[in-house]
Amino acid sequence: MSDIVEKTLTALPGLFLQTPGAGGPAAARAPFSSRLGGLIRGITALTSKHEEEKLIQQELSNLKAAVSAPTTTLKMMKECMVRLIYCEMLGYDASFGYIHAIKLAQQGNLLEKRVGYLAVSLFLHESHELLLLLVNTVVKDLQSTNLVEVCMALTIVSQIFPQEMIPAVLPLIEDKLQHSKEIIRRKAVLALYKFHLIAPNQVQHIHIKFQKALCDRDVGVMAASLHIYHRMIKENSSGYKDLTGSFVTILKQVVGGKLPVDFNYHSVPAPWLQIQLLRILRLLGKDDQRTSELMYDVLDESLRRAELNHNVTYAILFECVHTVYSIYPKSELLEKAAKCIGKFVLSPKINLKYLGLKALTYVIQQDPTLALQHQMTIIECLDHPDPIIKRETLELLYRITNAQNITVIVQKMLEYLHQSKEEYIIVNLVGKIAELAEKYAPDNAWFIQTMNAVFSVGGDVMNPDIPNNFLRLLAEGFDDETEDQQLRLYAVQSYLTLLDVENVFYPQRFLQVMSWVLGEYSYLLDKETPEEVITKLYKLLMNDSISSETKAWLIAAVTKLTPQAHSSNIVERLIQEFTVSLDTCLRQHAFELKHLHENAELMKSLLPVNKSCEDMVVDASLSFLDSHVAEELSQGAAPYKPHHQRQEEKLSQEKVLNFEPYGLSFSSSGFTGRQSPAGISLGSDISGNSAEIGLKETSSLKLEGIQKLWGKEGYLPKKESKTGDETEAPPVSQESIIENVDQTITKKDPSQALTQSKEEKEKQLLASSLFVGLGSESTVNLLGKADTISHKFRRKSKVKEAISGEKTSAHNMTRSSFSSPTNVTYEEDYYLDNLRDGRDKELEKFALSAELLGSESLAEPPLVEKLSECRRPAPSLFADDMEVFHPPRSTSASLASESSLASLLEETTDHMHSDLTEVCGTEAMSLSSYRIWKDDCLLMVWLVSNKSGSELEGVNLEIAPAENFKITEQPGCCLPIIEAENTKNFQYSVQMEKPFTEGNLSGFINYQMMNTHAVQLEFSVNLSLLDFIRPLKISTEAFGKLWLSFANDVKQNVKMSESQAALPSALKTLRRKLRLHVVDIIGSEGLLACQLLPSIPCLLHFRVHGDVLALWFRSSCSTLPDYLLYQCQKVMEGS
Amino acid sequence: MQFMLLFSRQGKLRLQKWYVPLSDKEKKKITRELVQTVLARKPKMCSFLEWRDLKIVYKRYASLYFCCAIEDQDNELITLEIIHRYVELLDKYFGSVCELDIIFNFEKAYFILDEFLLGGEVQETSKKNVLKAIEQADLLQEFQEVLGVSRNPSPDTLSHVMNILMSQCTK
Repeated sequence: MSDIVEKTLTALPGLFLQTPGAGGPAAARAPFSSRLGGLIRGITALTSKHEEEKLIQQELSNLKAAVSAPTTTLKMMKECMVRLIYCEMLGYDASFGYIHAIKLAQQGNLLEKRVGYLAVSLFLHESHELLLLLVNTVVKDLQSTNLVEVCMALTIVSQIFPQEMIPAVLPLIEDKLQHSKEIIRRKAVLALYKFHLIAPNQVQHIHIKFQKALCDRDVGVMAASLHIYHRMIKENSSGYKDLTGSFVTILKQVVGGKLPVDFNYHSVPAPWLQIQLLRILRLLGKDDQRTSELMYDVLDESLRRAELNHNVTYAILFECVHTVYSIYPKSELLEKAAKCIGKFVLSPKINLKYLGLKALTYVIQQDPTLALQHQMTIIECLDHPDPIIKRETLELLYRITNAQNITVIVQKMLEYLHQSKEEYIIVNLVGKIAELAEKYAPDNAWFIQTMNAVFSVGGDVMNPDIPNNFLRLLAEGFDDETEDQQLRLYAVQSYLTLLDVENVFYPQRFLQVMSWVLGEYSYLLDKETPEEVITKLYKLLMNDSISSETKAWLIAAVTKLTPQAHSSNIVERLIQEFTVSLDTCLRQHAFELKHLHENAELMKSLLPVNKSCEDMVVDASLSFLDSHVAEELSQGAAPYKPHHQRQEEKLSQEKVLNFEPYGLSFSSSGFTGRQSPAGISLGSDISGNSAEIGLKETSSLKLEGIQKLWGKEGYLPKKESKTGDETEAPPVSQESIIENVDQTITKKDPSQALTQSKEEKEKQLLASSLFVGLGSESTVNLLGKADTISHKFRRKSKVKEAISGEKTSAHNMTRSSFSSPTNVTYEEDYYLDNLRDGRDKELEKFALSAELLGSESLAEPPLVEKLSECRRPAPSLFADDMEVFHPPRSTSASLASESSLASLLEETTDHMHSDLTEVCGTEAMSLSSYRIWKDDCLLMVWLVSNKSGSELEGVNLEIAPAENFKITEQPGCCLPIIEAENTKNFQYSVQMEKPFTEGNLSGFINYQMMNTHAVQLEFSVNLSLLDFIRPLKISTEAFGKLWLSFANDVKQNVKMSESQAALPSALKTLRRKLRLHVVDIIGSEGLLACQLLPSIPCLLHFRVHGDVLALWFRSSCSTLPDYLLYQCQKVMEGS
Repeated sequence: MQFMLLFSRQGKLRLQKWYVPLSDKEKKKITRELVQTVLARKPKMCSFLEWRDLKIVYKRYASLYFCCAIEDQDNELITLEIIHRYVELLDKYFGSVCELDIIFNFEKAYFILDEFLLGGEVQETSKKNVLKAIEQADLLQEFQEVLGVSRNPSPDTLSHVMNILMSQCTK
């Protein structure tokens, strides 16, 4: 029957097109006479908002009566629903109709169902509780033989669907991927994309099917699958490198115009498809030379083909330029891309200009000369009447700021800041100004004044990090003590002047900063006495507009100043005033001050001058109370018990409820499926997840593209610049730059240059002050490491290099002769044959080379394999687990002498380690690495072997700071020289900062050969969560206690492959592949524990039920269970 | 894409589609703010707008503003073309579309939008395919209405439908 329906459907549009006006449009115009029409006309006739409100309320109450009346037919209901949607769009509440929308979708015929579904998608949102009632309808419609119904169901699923109900429809939607109609396949792919967005774990197993969708003969289906790929590659680009060739092929075909004409848009072939592909290539080619090389050709062609002067070609060009600058650079392409950017920037169309500026901000770091080329345009944009253009220009300037142009740029930013009212812009801009000021401030006065502006405008909305950083900067100071004092003195003076101004209100945060600085550093003043400062603070304290928090700061400042003051009238008045304050906090401060004031000696020792950075010695053990305690004890008092001890005793005495974790609760838990951990973990304050907090803090100020060259080391004032690199770049004189500008102008238009007006000259002067410092350093550094300007204020390093972890015994290693066997290439032609069995001519036309399918087995890195190859020294529960893997030694390796390496490996057998893999190399040098899974960290060992006959000099290996990792250099890493045919090692210990599945650690190595230029090589290695998981050896009792204390939990049932379908083998797999510690086994249940380094514990309880494994994770960290679960699923289902 | 709004020059909302879950209150606030900001802009100004952490891309067609919110890394120009393609689709479907068509048949405008964009991503870029999907649904509905057929028609009624179809087309 479905066949007939299909035939009818396919026949319809053809017939329809032959008779225009017979169907759709006529029908569309028809319902003018409907009741909706009446309502709309009624509203338009009204004049006031008040009347409208009355009319709609009337309408709504009518509708309310109508929808709940039993006599209302579905057809009428449909009509009501349309009116409800309309009312809701006007901003009135129609929530009473939501349930009826769901009912309509459930019960109506096609037309009614369609409106029902539409109403549901407009009324409800993903987490709305009523949505659960829709699931059944969706399931039914997905199974319908009517294509239109299936389409509607898929549409609604792709828009809103409750996350927890995905398993109910997932198999049905998977089936639809094989449907004969492309529209169904396409919608199914998009539905799965939606699922991937809201619950990636649940669609993990269908990745192979996505590949089929990518190879689909219909362009629409293939394009839809790109959404999923874009997403997946964004999350983990290294897993999909092998698909690069296929994406390149597709793009080539699209650009070459091989798609059906239907997909052309204004005679540009499939622009949306092109852009999506370019985005994917961008992600794949980032920092990866080999992959990037594959796409150079097609990018070149895209740049060349996009000639048409139409918006959509510019859209493609923009994406193309962005990709060219993001992947591994190729100078030829960069040149062309730079030319394209010129087209944007110089375009008279404002939209294109805006995008040109945006493109410049992307690329400016790599190629500062581009900014010089377009400097006059940039200056014009700075005064553009459209604030959006202005803002984008400032963003661009922000990225080219250096020590020479900082004052002009910050001035421009402040000008803009004073004009803008929107909070988001203010917060954003203030953060940038503060950052620039801290980095490049030319002198003290400027710095303090700029920060004053920041504080008074940014006020209470700005990021609290800004005042905190500022105060820390003042307090910790720099290397030069006299300069520090001058800065502090200037700050104090400037605040006193500000406070003298009458009738000005400063934001609370600013006042807090002032009071702290005045409290700490007023002693530097010559003229004003502490009494005068106290008087000013007192005046502020009596001001009603000041919050009690700020008042507490003020009192603290007064307290600090009191020991320095000679007379204390005001202090006494203040004490009087505030010891009776209604605010308890202020009252406490006042009492403290009062008591300290009575004991001048104590006060002076407690509040020393200028010691804010030094720790005070406090007798934490309260030893001075010992005699008192002894006395009390001798008189028969009970000894003190700490809180937790008391609670334990109380529990053990009560014995009412059994708090033992196991036995009771689990038998009832059964197989409930996956429970969302999010809801639980949100409310749990118990888990102090520091990583997450850190994330929150950093997220607000994201300085994309700005190089963090300066860490926490030291401050290099300008006078010391001879030690820095700055001297290498001689400062450009103003004249030469003006000349430079003149030249560019004359080149453009010689006649214009002759009649330069005064205004233009001003602009050029501005240009020269803005772009100073860019010219001389503008040697195009493709790797973007050119920023060598020393910063004005660099924080003094307070933290000594903390070298944690024991030293490894791998120091005296000399040679390596390993070549890794893991890079096996899969070259089977098997899939090729499969694909090309000649059934489908379409496929021929749009075939996506068989390598795509052939790569299935490679799509996920063979992590598990790698792990199982490690040696396991620990004694095990199961005898057959004792197998020891010896890393295979390749005889084909080009280097000789294996003996010394063997000794190295023996020395490191205390810990498990991986095989040696080559990460990069040249003819002269090869860099390989292996990892040692130490108990407290992951130790990455890099072996640099010199394969040439001469010495390598200046070998330097640097690991780029990665978002998720904390990297500590181990001692013995400095290697100035590597002798011929020799091998040296670098060691880094790596720790994970927040849990994730896989991450990339990248870095570069540079060296110099005798008599040749320096070489720099980039490399990256993949680290998985499992590298950081260690067994947690605890007892069953400890497990029980920990279990109760953790709030984040995740449950899931996993189907085991047949080979493991028993408790012992499942246990073995988990222990071997995930490195979990088996705590206990109770019947068919098992307890396992592990920790994520450094010390985030995670517990696992599991139960075997036939071939299903019920897993239950708990941890103090909210995300860890999810990631572990994923790994578990992989090993349990995979092997 | 995060959401799409259609509003008139007077600031009246004509269509709204949200691809991110937001509460009604937030939606109203965003709509109010955006309508004000966009209407205040002069015709020669840039079609893009930075608003909170989003990019707003808008374009005016006659008395109607089309306004999309995208993320920062998205392509503004192609979003403009998405708007344009949607207008083309409306135009083709209604036959030289005007604001009144959208006001009185807003549910149809939604149906077209749902065939073109799904979950905030472009679903189908071929104009023909989008309209085909809409017309199929439209036609099937009409026949169900004409015949008074409930769901799951029997083979008999189906052949009946086909007959009517054929006779209609030969006229």
